[in-house]
Amino acid sequence: MEHYISLFVRAVFVENMALAFFLGMCTFIAISKKVETAIGLGIAVVVVLGITMPVNNLIYTNILKDGALAWAGLPEVDLSFLGLLTFIGVIAALVQILEMTLDKYVPSLYNALGVFLPLITVNCAIMGGSLFMVERDYNLAESTVYGIGAGVSWALAIAALAGIREKLKYSDVPAGLQGLGITFITIGLMSLGFMSFSGVQL
Amino acid sequence: MSQPTIKEVLLNPIFNNNPIGLQILGICSALAVTSNLQTALVMSAALTLVTGFSNLFISMIRSQIPSSIRMIVQMVIIASLVIVVDQVLKAYAFSLSKQLSVFVGLIITNCIVMGRAEAFAMQNPPVLSFFDGIGNGLGYSAMLIALGIIRELFGAGKLMGYEVFSVVNDGGWYQPNGMLLLPPSAFFLIGLFIWAIRSWKKDQIEANAYKMAPQVSSKEAY
Repeated sequence: MEHYISLFVRAVFVENMALAFFLGMCTFIAISKKVETAIGLGIAVVVVLGITMPVNNLIYTNILKDGALAWAGLPEVDLSFLGLLTFIGVIAALVQILEMTLDKYVPSLYNALGVFLPLITVNCAIMGGSLFMVERDYNLAESTVYGIGAGVSWALAIAALAGIREKLKYSDVPAGLQGLGITFITIGLMSLGFMSFSGVQL
Repeated sequence: MSQPTIKEVLLNPIFNNNPIGLQILGICSALAVTSNLQTALVMSAALTLVTGFSNLFISMIRSQIPSSIRMIVQMVIIASLVIVVDQVLKAYAFSLSKQLSVFVGLIITNCIVMGRAEAFAMQNPPVLSFFDGIGNGLGYSAMLIALGIIRELFGAGKLMGYEVFSVVNDGGWYQPNGMLLLPPSAFFLIGLFIWAIRSWKKDQIEANAYKMAPQVSSKEAY
């Protein structure tokens, strides 16, 4: 149990998806002007990461990995080069399924997430999570915990940035730094703050 | 709308319409791989090739793609190209591919590739699209290489792993600025780059959402 808690805390604070690995930056900057939309998108990312990571993990360990097809009588087959293609396919398909299920059974949540769901397919944080899972050899339980943790970390970061940007628009910024420039510098400072977690060992 | 020329699509993205500086595309990898020049160069080359060729292929079959599944078709083409790049890197430059870790795979979800395929290649002929892809790749590369040079030169006193400034630890004179090797510095540098580009090209400045009211002068106050 301790192992999973420490993995979760590390995923949320020390290895923050947005502020330590810079994943999902495009949406991170584009959709952080309002706190409400930022939180909506953050929740959507948590859900999608929490579902896609275990699914990708199952597919990778049972079908793609070197020697994983032994159960089908093909012990020498190594399909790991198909990893990238499979992951993105799984993510796109799952997002589509999630969208349809939510539309049918939980329309209120569907309306709240709205336009953000399809956007998530091309969010690097989701893809990055799956690739980190392969690189670090997580098992099924670990990858579920890591998926949810990574999602929470991204949601936390975007909500914080949106809060800062809502206040920032009232301040007097030099003309050239207006908008994008000052946002980058803000994220830099936030990332510097999050680096103080980097020594934490659990 | 008149057809843009090859020269326009090739050179415009570098300063006038830089994918990172103005279109806010493809920032993820720009930050993570620039702590030294070598990975920045490899990443730029990989991305430029993938964008160029994905634009070329998508533009070739653009009239055959049904619009309802175009995203999936684009994804498959891009993912296949990225797999080729990934395998080539693993075969010929294994240590580099380890250093770049997941970021080669993340070219798939790099918004520049998808963005250009969707915005340009779906409407324009193959050759022009190819050069548009290369041009945007170059715009991205220009930013990446500039960041890589600054961060490695001032952060470690080296360029491409060769010593340029002799650092204090080896008995030299240069006190390296370790901060530049850390991730946050990339954000500051990009922010400053955007400031520099926008001071030069005034038309890119974004309008302020709220205008400051001028200070009340001392006369009015009384």
